[in-house]
Amino acid sequence: MSKLFIKGNEAVIKGAVLAGCRAFYGYPITPASEIAEAAAKYFPQVGSTFLQGESEVASINMVYGAASAGQRAMTASSGPGISLKQEGISYSAGAELPLVVIDVMRGGPGLGNIAPEQGDYNQIVKGGGHGNYKLIVLAPNCAQEMCDLTMLAFELADRYRIPVVVLTDGFVGQMMEPVELPEPVTEFPQKTWIVDGTAKTSRNLISSIELEPEDLEKHNLKLQEKYKKISKAEVRYEEIQTDDAELILMGYGIVSRVLQSVVEEARSRGLRAGLLRPITLWPFPAKRIQELSGAAKLFFVSEMSNGQMVDDVRLALEGRRPTRFYGRMGGVVPTTGEILEQVKKIFHELRT
Amino acid sequence: MRKDILQKPKSFYDTFFRKPGANPQSTHYCPGCGHGVIHKLIAEAMDDFGIQERTIMISPVGCSVFAYYYFDCGNVQAAHGRAPAIATGLKRALPDSIVISYQGDGDLAGIGGNNILQAANRGENITVIFVNNAIYGMTGAQMAPTTLVGQKTTTTPLGRSVENEGYPLRMSELLATLKAPVYIERVAITDAKHVMQARKAIRKAIQNQIEGRGFSMVEALSPCPTGWGVTPCEAKKWVAEVMAEYFKLGVYKDKNGTPQNGESPPPGAKREIVTTKKEILALLGAKEEATDHKFTQLQAGENYQNPRIKIAGFGGQGVLLLGRLLSEAAMLSDYHTTWLPSYGPEMRGGTAHCHVNISNKRIGSPLVSEADVLFAMNLPSLDKFENEVRKGGVIFVNSSLIQRRVKRKDVEAVYVPATGIADNLGQTKSANMVMLGAYAGYTGLLSLKSILAAAESVVKRKEFKKVNEKAIKTGMEFVRNRKVKRSESVVELH
Ligand SMILES: Cc1ncc(C[n+]2csc(CCOP(=O)(O)OP(=O)(O)O)c2C)c(N)n1
Ligand code: SF4
Repeated sequence: MSKLFIKGNEAVIKGAVLAGCRAFYGYPITPASEIAEAAAKYFPQVGSTFLQGESEVASINMVYGAASAGQRAMTASSGPGISLKQEGISYSAGAELPLVVIDVMRGGPGLGNIAPEQGDYNQIVKGGGHGNYKLIVLAPNCAQEMCDLTMLAFELADRYRIPVVVLTDGFVGQMMEPVELPEPVTEFPQKTWIVDGTAKTSRNLISSIELEPEDLEKHNLKLQEKYKKISKAEVRYEEIQTDDAELILMGYGIVSRVLQSVVEEARSRGLRAGLLRPITLWPFPAKRIQELSGAAKLFFVSEMSNGQMVDDVRLALEGRRPTRFYGRMGGVVPTTGEILEQVKKIFHELRT
Repeated sequence: MRKDILQKPKSFYDTFFRKPGANPQSTHYCPGCGHGVIHKLIAEAMDDFGIQERTIMISPVGCSVFAYYYFDCGNVQAAHGRAPAIATGLKRALPDSIVISYQGDGDLAGIGGNNILQAANRGENITVIFVNNAIYGMTGAQMAPTTLVGQKTTTTPLGRSVENEGYPLRMSELLATLKAPVYIERVAITDAKHVMQARKAIRKAIQNQIEGRGFSMVEALSPCPTGWGVTPCEAKKWVAEVMAEYFKLGVYKDKNGTPQNGESPPPGAKREIVTTKKEILALLGAKEEATDHKFTQLQAGENYQNPRIKIAGFGGQGVLLLGRLLSEAAMLSDYHTTWLPSYGPEMRGGTAHCHVNISNKRIGSPLVSEADVLFAMNLPSLDKFENEVRKGGVIFVNSSLIQRRVKRKDVEAVYVPATGIADNLGQTKSANMVMLGAYAGYTGLLSLKSILAAAESVVKRKEFKKVNEKAIKTGMEFVRNRKVKRSESVVELH
């Protein structure tokens, strides 16, 4: 198949079409709007629904309805809109609805700006909505992965009956790169739990309410069981030159691309640095971090935030090795050069 | 109560198996509550229309959150106020189902005000049953948007005051101002006569949906003896005498038979729908591997390999397009490549820039902080980025618009009067294409063929094809001819 040169945001929708997504409900926001625009263009042409809802609150609930009916359904937004979707996300987690949410992060808090940031990590990975729930969180760092991980998101959502978030940033969304389209998905899982207006499903109920504390606890325990299963089976990450690394660099999304360049530069100077990039932010590659902490002396985490993922790295390390954090905020993307300086300093310290 | 159970419609469960507690035969509603009556009217309609199995009942947040205890059909529970949005998602997925959005006044007129307004305005083919009891029943009798002026609630202990809380919202009147809804009526759950009228209205609202006619809503003024702190009898009386005084009963909208005013909505655009794997891939732009779209990589000088490129100018100079074509040509020549635009307000300020990487290896950071190549299409761009070029890098200067020379002595400066050349070709806008040609000619990294193919795939408008091609070639020849005579300082190598 030939390659297409497209934006990450457009790749999301191409992936969604290929994954058999039947409905998109969204609300415009920079830097995620191209996702809705591409959906408006392609979805009707394959017989799927596209509708611009009156707000993010409405959109996520429309997706809730579509997912209840058994459709593969999605929405997309950025920070301020994601905050509004949290109600619907919590309800969906409680009702165990498979659906896909794309978050193309921008600068915050508040209206912030439209430059790329990674300040939504906590509200997505730690749960910005109420209750004891988890979401599968996928973190693409290139246009190809925007397509591929969106497709995977639908697979995982259906497999586990869970909302899946593709968490990315303004740069990955706006950047154009070559993308090779995978084959369209043609086989879909049978869903017996849905409510689709037929006799077969007319005794089904989609709901997140359990009035009796014991019942709600039971439901929560069932959810935790499911999360445990996912933690075991679905951890994904990428490693670059970690085998002999003294220093492990960690970052996701666009930052991981910068860190990849930093590793190359460091290696060309004889500094043994390696990159561990989580592709699933939840489940988090904690076990892999622990394994690497045998040989590596220090973990360096960079994020375009005040340091959110770094907490998970520290939890995984349980004090085995020290960590360093380097963050930029407000939409400033760290350059290869500035991180290389940090890395050089760390190696200098390690040597003395 | 006993009598009710004997007459239970088929569309109710025989025993309410989802209901916790000791009494799975009776409802959870208070004695004298309107919800139970309204439920029964809906269930009877479901029976009579034979739609039980294809009905999907949406239970809201409010006293009727447990509607799913009773209705023997598909049930979906909604977040507070969101039932119309969920109904939209359901109905659009399942046009043959019958979707009923059952909502209280806090739910519909308060927290979900915009959701109902927009669903009604879109004319969703759903049935809304709006239970107006002028209070928040479930949470303990707080004020609702429909609470009457002077009415005491737990959050208006002295009675609702206009100064503080404004007037009660009349939702039926409000929604009836919209064009799309087909039927809106307000009824009251009081005496037998009014209940019969409510029964008729509910049936009509469901019938409309069965016939695919569009959005219908029945607002039922409904007694809440518990919330109001009165007996069931007094509650009914209050509905009839006080509530119905402010919330006048009647039909607010009925597009009977033909669309209102003989108006039919303008038809939307019709589209062909593709379904096969092959068609879908083609729709998304995938082409089967075409050999003529793969171009051999040229052997560029070492200084020009794997370039990190920054392109800058003012809006309208086609700076982003220049970058895209570089990337696209690189992709067609099997290089790794990235293109990162400036986006948003920055662009509105009148300047634009983009970052392009072309490499034999997988590309790390797409952000170009230290550039190997800079395209300065105007003076501010040269001023801003000259110092970000690496030692030994190349700066392409649009010398038609930039009078000064490059200050750095440790870079290669290529002066191309791109705007002038483009003017001579009769298309000022193609200065970016001239630069593109100059870059290819000077660095030898990308073949003319690959660039022309890139231009053809990106620039869709046919009328530009010829002039772009000419501009690219002219730019290429310009640097080639000058290269031989470097001493003429068209190309300066310091
Ligand atoms: C987001 C949110 N806010 C508040 C509540 C609490 N709450 C539950 S029911 C209700 C009021 C419902 O009133 P109404 O819609 O009039 O229905 P009724 O109980 O009177 O039938 C409120 C505020 C909630 N569940 N969710
Ligand atoms: S509180 Fe009011 S609305 Fe709720 S069940 Fe009791 S009477 Fe009905």
